[in-house]
Amino acid sequence: MTRLMMNQLNFSYGDANVAHDICLSVERGEFVGLIGPNGSGKSTILKNLYRALTPDSGSVTLDGDDLFSLSHKAAALKLGVVGQENDVPFDFLVEEIVAMGRSPHKKLFDIDNAHDRYIVHHALEHLGMADMAKRNYLHLSGGEKQRVLIARVIAQECDFLLLDEPTNHLDIGYQLQIFDYVKRLGVTVLSAIHDLNMAALYCDRIFVLKSGRIIFHGKPEEVLTPENIYDVYGVRCDTHLHPTTGKIAITFLPAGL
Amino acid sequence: MKSTNFFRKTFNRVNPNMTLIILLLVVLAIVSLLFGLGLGPISVNPGTVGKILLSKLPVIGKSIPHTWQQLDENIVIGLRLPRVCLGLIVGASLAVIGVTMQALVRNPLADPFILGVSSGAAASATLGMLFGVFSFLGRYSLSISAFIGSAVTIIFVYTISRVNGRINITQLLLSGVAISMIMDGVTRIITLSAPNALGLHNATFWMSGSLAGAKWGYLTLPLVVLLLCMILLMINYRGLNLLLLGDESAGSLGINVQRLQKMLVLIASLMAGVTIAVSGSIGFVGLMVPHFTRLLVGGDHRRVLPISALLGGILVVWVDVAARMLLAPEELPVGILTAIIGGPLFIFLLKRNTREKKVIAR
Repeated sequence: MTRLMMNQLNFSYGDANVAHDICLSVERGEFVGLIGPNGSGKSTILKNLYRALTPDSGSVTLDGDDLFSLSHKAAALKLGVVGQENDVPFDFLVEEIVAMGRSPHKKLFDIDNAHDRYIVHHALEHLGMADMAKRNYLHLSGGEKQRVLIARVIAQECDFLLLDEPTNHLDIGYQLQIFDYVKRLGVTVLSAIHDLNMAALYCDRIFVLKSGRIIFHGKPEEVLTPENIYDVYGVRCDTHLHPTTGKIAITFLPAGL
Repeated sequence: MKSTNFFRKTFNRVNPNMTLIILLLVVLAIVSLLFGLGLGPISVNPGTVGKILLSKLPVIGKSIPHTWQQLDENIVIGLRLPRVCLGLIVGASLAVIGVTMQALVRNPLADPFILGVSSGAAASATLGMLFGVFSFLGRYSLSISAFIGSAVTIIFVYTISRVNGRINITQLLLSGVAISMIMDGVTRIITLSAPNALGLHNATFWMSGSLAGAKWGYLTLPLVVLLLCMILLMINYRGLNLLLLGDESAGSLGINVQRLQKMLVLIASLMAGVTIAVSGSIGFVGLMVPHFTRLLVGGDHRRVLPISALLGGILVVWVDVAARMLLAPEELPVGILTAIIGGPLFIFLLKRNTREKKVIAR
């Protein structure tokens, strides 16, 4: 069943057209990756989906409804977002940041109740951060902040996640950990991913962007071929099916070889 | 030891005892009121002040023996009571404006004075007062003209300091400074070309801020606006918290960011306008009070808003007492004192802010 359907979406910053006729779809339970070089429009497409940007033209449906005519709150009950904003210039405790994920479930005068506290605790536990609940968010490391934001989106209880390079700037341990956590949730995911090997490991399908257009899409093993990668990134590489993971593994070759 | 334990248990970021804190602050506000009424060039002791106040109450008033001089009563009730009440309202408003603007620009260094909003309000208020530009608005023309000035300045500063959809802190502070200089210049030009001699005096009043000359008539509008805005802000406390995460995160958590930001601009400029119309620009209260409030109870706006309002009122009452005591019988403008206290704190926060950035970058 198709959950998200984007049809001929166009977006431009002033004169610069950064998304051309983008069409993509995400099925229920799929983990879909958006890859492409810097500035190819990955973030732009995601921002159009979570309405930080407004498209010039095109339509998006979520579970059959027009996404742009949903209220912000209704959209927030279905779509959880981990964007690239992770600095909060004010003192908040980790658990307070995670509890903010409960907001779309709250009516005007509601205050957080035992159920919310349970969910917040559970989300932190899920990421192995239960003992950090009372820590000050300001003083966490980059990887810890990112995990707190994942916990926040878990507390939001959405079954569709939009992730914008969720493992950016994290070391390999955290990268695997975060993707494993997300995968374990079993929800539908659309994620911009920088690292092609990560994309190959976790994605069911991949859309490849170059200069604001989708030029390839399909299963990782169909898309991530040496020819395609050269076409998009201008680098040479070898690919093979890894015997343990059964997924495509990419080895990049330096120019001197 | 016991008292520090009590303090820690009550005031902390993790689980502050809100009922007790509010109760304590209300008591402190009442005590401040008694001292604020009593202290001055001619001092009346707080006990007597209490009796004078009680004698004015409808039912029990009759049973209080009249043991004080009429002069004391005139000073306490006629001169100081409206002034102290105004101090409470103005202080609370300024603190709440600070909280609102900090959420709006997502930075704890925002304050109506630093971002030029006070100067903007003063400029358009002077324009209104001296040339009668807004006189068709009647009784509230002064407040409304100050509101227009503050609204224009907030929108201006906010637009200039937004770079790629984010508030840039350098841009924000610099545009605030530039705009407040421009507006102060405008105020001076207006006053110097004013058709009457009153101009110079009034402009000085707005630039330095003062509660002297408070009348009962001044209180109604700022009080009504304060209560109204407080209710609106408290209803939206979740939205305010979420805004601190950034526009995009707030939007993805179900907040209509643009609508909320417009509301905050409106609230901040309305409060700044009506407050500045009666007190002139009293700086740094909106910076200091929210900062200390966050130290006491953490960053959640459900707690920050009411506590800031109470602390702000108490602070301004005491600074005003100092303003009339320090050079008695001369009066210092309150704004000068708050600047002397608040300025260094601002510098400290600015330093700490950049230091934390460096730690994170490393």
